[in-house]
Amino acid sequence: MSDFRFDPRKWLLRILSPLDGQLTLIVMAILGFSTVVMVSASPERLDTLALNVGVAFAVMWIAASVPPQRMMTVALPLYVLGVLLLIGVALFGDVSKGARRWLNIGVARIQPSELMKISMPLMLAWYFQSREGLIRARDFLIAIALLLVPVGLIAKQPDLGTALLVAASGFYVLFFAGLTWRLILPVVVVGVVGIGAIVAMGDSLCMPGVEWPGMREYQRHRVCTLLDPTSDPLGKGFHIIQSTIAIGSGGVVGKGWGKGTQTHLDFLPERHTDFIFAVLTEEFGLAGALLLVVLYILLIFRGLFIAAGAPTLFSRLLAGALTLIFFTYAFVNMGMVSGILPVVGVPLPFVSYGGTALVTLCLGVGMLMSIQRHRRRVGT
Amino acid sequence: MKGIRTPEQEVARFRSRLAVAGVVALVCFGLLAARFFYLQVMRFDYYSTRAEDNRISLVPVVPNRGLIMDRNGTVLARNYSAYTLEITPSKVADLEATIEALSALVDIQPKDRKRLKKLMDESKSFESLPIRNRLSDEEVARFIAQRYRFPGVELKARLFRDYPMGRFGSHIVGYIGRINDRDLERIEDSEDTANYRGTDHIGKAGLEKSYERELHGATGFEEVEVDSGGRAVRALRRTPATPGNNLVLTLDLKLQEVVEKAFGNRRGALVAIEPGSGGVLALVSVPTFDPNLFVDGIAPQDWDELNNSPDHPMVNRALNGAYPPGSTFKPFMALAALMSGKRTPAQAISDPGYFDFGGHHFRDDKVGGHGTVDMYRSIVHSCDTYYYRLANDMGIDLIAQTMGEFGFGSKTGIDIEGESSGILPSPEWKKRRFKKPEQQKWFGGETISIGIGQGYNAYTMLQLAHATATVAAGGVMFKPHLVKYIESASDGSRRMIEPQPIKTIPIKPEHIETIRRSMVGVNREGTGARAFAGAPYVSAGKTGTAQVYSLKGAKYSSRITERLRDHALFIAFAPADKPTIALAVLVENGGFGAESAAPIARAVLDYYLLGKLPAGIAPEDPGAEGNSGDGAGE
Repeated sequence: MSDFRFDPRKWLLRILSPLDGQLTLIVMAILGFSTVVMVSASPERLDTLALNVGVAFAVMWIAASVPPQRMMTVALPLYVLGVLLLIGVALFGDVSKGARRWLNIGVARIQPSELMKISMPLMLAWYFQSREGLIRARDFLIAIALLLVPVGLIAKQPDLGTALLVAASGFYVLFFAGLTWRLILPVVVVGVVGIGAIVAMGDSLCMPGVEWPGMREYQRHRVCTLLDPTSDPLGKGFHIIQSTIAIGSGGVVGKGWGKGTQTHLDFLPERHTDFIFAVLTEEFGLAGALLLVVLYILLIFRGLFIAAGAPTLFSRLLAGALTLIFFTYAFVNMGMVSGILPVVGVPLPFVSYGGTALVTLCLGVGMLMSIQRHRRRVGT
Repeated sequence: MKGIRTPEQEVARFRSRLAVAGVVALVCFGLLAARFFYLQVMRFDYYSTRAEDNRISLVPVVPNRGLIMDRNGTVLARNYSAYTLEITPSKVADLEATIEALSALVDIQPKDRKRLKKLMDESKSFESLPIRNRLSDEEVARFIAQRYRFPGVELKARLFRDYPMGRFGSHIVGYIGRINDRDLERIEDSEDTANYRGTDHIGKAGLEKSYERELHGATGFEEVEVDSGGRAVRALRRTPATPGNNLVLTLDLKLQEVVEKAFGNRRGALVAIEPGSGGVLALVSVPTFDPNLFVDGIAPQDWDELNNSPDHPMVNRALNGAYPPGSTFKPFMALAALMSGKRTPAQAISDPGYFDFGGHHFRDDKVGGHGTVDMYRSIVHSCDTYYYRLANDMGIDLIAQTMGEFGFGSKTGIDIEGESSGILPSPEWKKRRFKKPEQQKWFGGETISIGIGQGYNAYTMLQLAHATATVAAGGVMFKPHLVKYIESASDGSRRMIEPQPIKTIPIKPEHIETIRRSMVGVNREGTGARAFAGAPYVSAGKTGTAQVYSLKGAKYSSRITERLRDHALFIAFAPADKPTIALAVLVENGGFGAESAAPIARAVLDYYLLGKLPAGIAPEDPGAEGNSGDGAGE
C-alpha cells in the first residue's frame, strides 16, 4: 500500500537524478549573476531570459539522461548532416551582413555553423573511439581532414570567428587523443611570434590601402581597431574604447548595481549580449569580475574532473573538449571586452543574452553530466 | 612515430594532458585577472576620469545631401528644413492613447497612423519614427507647450528631400527612403556604419541610389556635454560634416518634359544620347510617378495604386523593358551586310512580296512587293523581303556576332542601376535559355525573322539609342552616362565625367555614308517623310513596328484589345552630316512607327536643334530655380 503513496521528496530526487549537483549549482550561480546584471542592463528582456533558461535547462536535462553510447550513434549522422548543411549554405545560403551564413529551409532560417560547435568534438571523439587501441599517425591525419572540411566551409562564408571556435573544439579532441607535441609546439610558437609581429608593426600594417593576404578587409579592420581603437572613434573602435572605460572606471568594488554611467548613458554597445561583461565589471568592479572568473574556473575544473574519471575513450575526449570549449568562450569574450583580443562575436557563456547560445552551452553541460552519471555502467 | 600503448598508458597520458589544459586555463584566466587589475586598480583614476568625461558624448552631425541638377541648372532634388514629430515606440507606454492625445494638438490623419504602423514593422522598437512630418508653426508651438505630457515623443528639426519637378524625370532621379534592414546590411558590408550614424534616409532608386556615395557626404561629429540624464547641455567641439556632392547631369530637363508631354497618356520610352560623348540628353519612361511620395515612407494606399496599376509606372521601360526593335533593326542589318561583304549598296533584288524558306511563306507588308530593291530603297521603304533574304545569306552566327559589336544584347554600362541586357538571339543563347533538348535547337526559319527585328530579338531603348549614336558617331562607341560632372558643395570644384570611348568599330566611312544617306531618305521620301515634312534641318531616321512584346515582370490583364496592338518605334539622329543627338523611341501598342513614334522624335529634334517648344510647355526661364514647367505656354 505505502509503495504507491505519492512521496514528493522521492519524486523530486528522481526527477533531479540525471543532473550533476555541482555542475547544476555552478551554472545556476552564473545564471543568477547574469540575471542580476540583466536587471540593470536590459530589464525588459527578463521575461524572455526566463523562457530561454527554462528551455535550456530542459535541453540540459534531456542531454544528461541520454547515455554516452547513444550519443556515439548520432555522432556520424550529425556530422554528415552538418557538413551537408554547410555545403547547402555555400550554394544556396542567404547573404546577411556580407556573409553567407544562413540556410533557409522553408520554415526557418538556420545557421549550420552553430550545430558544428557540438557535432565537431562529438564526431572526432567517436572516430578515435572507433579506432581505439589502433590509433596511429594516419588517424590523426584523417581527423585533421574531418576537422578542416567544416572549418574551411565556415571560414569561406566568411565567419572567421566561428571557424576558429569550431577548429578549436576539434583541436581539443586531437590534443586529448595524444597529438604529438612536435606538431603542437611549432604552431603555438608561430602563433605567438605572428601576433607579436602584428603588435610591433601595427602602425605600418594598418595604413590605409595595405592588404593582408588571406584576410578580408573587415577582418583586417578589426585587428587594426584593436591595436589603435582611437583610429575609428565612431565605428568599431567605439566599442572597445567604451568597454575599456567601463571596466576601468568600475574600480575594486564597482559603482553599484544599476549605477554604471557607461551602461545607463548608452555609451556601451550591445550591453546585453557580447559586451555584458563590461556592465558587470562597471557595476561590481574587480570583485565581481574575479567572482565570475572563479565560477568559470570551478566549472572548468569540474569538467576536467569528470573527464579524468570518464570510462571510455569517447567520453574522455568529449568531456575534455567540451570543458575546454567553455573555457575558450569565457576567455575570448572577456579578453575582447577588456581589449586584449579582437572583437569577434563570441558570447559570454551563461551570461550573455541569447537563446541559441544558451541552449548550445546547456546541451554541452548536459552531455558532461551524462558522462559523469554513466561512468560506472560502462566498463572497458 | 608512436608505438601502440596499453589502455593504462593511454589513460595516464590523457590525464597528464588534462593537467596541461588545466594549467593553461589557469594561466589564461590569470592573464585576464592581471588585465582587470591593471585597468581597475592601477589605471582606475584615469578611467574613472574618462568615465566622468563621458558626460561628453559624441553626437553625429548629419551632412546635407547633395543636390541633383540638369545641364541647365534646373534643380531636380533639393533639401529643405522642417519640423517633424517623432515617437520612440519602446519609450511610450500606450501608443494608441499617446497618438490619440497628440491628435488633439496636431493634425494626424489615418494615413499617418498607417504609415507609422508600417514603419514600426520595418524597424526596431528603440528607433524614433515620424508620426507627422512638416508641422506648421502653430502646431509646433502647441506641442512645445504640452511636451511634458509626452515622454518618448520628440520634435525634431530635420532636412527633408524634395523633388521640385515632381514626376518629370522621376525614373532617373529616383528617390530616397528610410533606411531598412536590407540597407543596413549593405552599409555594414561596406564598412560605412560610422558614416551613417545619425542618417536615417538612403537612396532607394535611380541616381539617388547609384550615386549614394557622392550624394551622402561625410558625417561629422560634435562633442556635446550631457547632464546625468544624458540630455545635451552645450556643444564643446565640432568636426563639421562634409556635405554631399552635387550631381550635374547631361540631361536636359526641358527636353525630358517635351517628351513626357508628347507621350500624353500613352506608355513608352525614349532615350536621347549625344553621339560624341555618350551623354544622355533625355531618358524617358512613361507613365512616371511622383518621387515625393516615397521620401517619408509611402502610404500603403499610394503604393497599392502605383504597384497594381496595369500601366506599371514603377517600371523604368527605357532601361528595363526589352522590346523587339522591328524595322529599326534594318539599318544595322544593312551595315552588317556591308561590313561582312555579303552585300554592296547597289546590289538589288526583285521583290515579289514574299520570301519562301523551308516550306514557310514569309510575307512583306506590301502585297505584290516593292519591285527592284537595292540597299537604299530597302531602308527607305522598309522592305522586308530584302532582309529575309539577307538574314538567310548571312546566317545567325554572323548576325549575332555583328549585332553584338553594336552593343545589342549586353548592358551599356550606364551609370544608373536596373539596366536589362535584352536578348541577342543566337544558337548559343537558345541553348542557355531552354532546358528541353528539342527546344534548344536553332531552326533556319528563325534566322529569317531575326533579319527584320522580330523573333527572339529584344532590346532596351537605351541599347537601341546607344547603337544609333554609335553609327551616328562613325563607329565610335561612348559609354552612356547621365552625370556630367560632380560638384563639391563646399568649394565648388568640379570633377568632370570624361566621355569614355569604349571602342571604335572598324567600319569603312563609305559604308557609314550609305546607311546615313538611306536613313536621310527615310525622313525625306520614305516612311518618316510625313512626320518630318518641312523640317529646316536634315535628319536621318528609321521607323519600326514590333509585333510582339515582352515587358519583363509585367503582366497585362485588362484592356487586352488595345494592348495587343503593335509597338511603334523610331530611331533618328540629326543633323545628318554632323550629328549632335541620336535617339530611340517606343510607343507601347502605338501601332505604326511612322504614325505615333516618329512625331515624338520630331518634337525632340525641333526642340533640341531649334529650341522650338510644342504648344502647352512654358519656355525656359534661365536662372529661375525650381522652374515648375506647368505654365500655360507663351
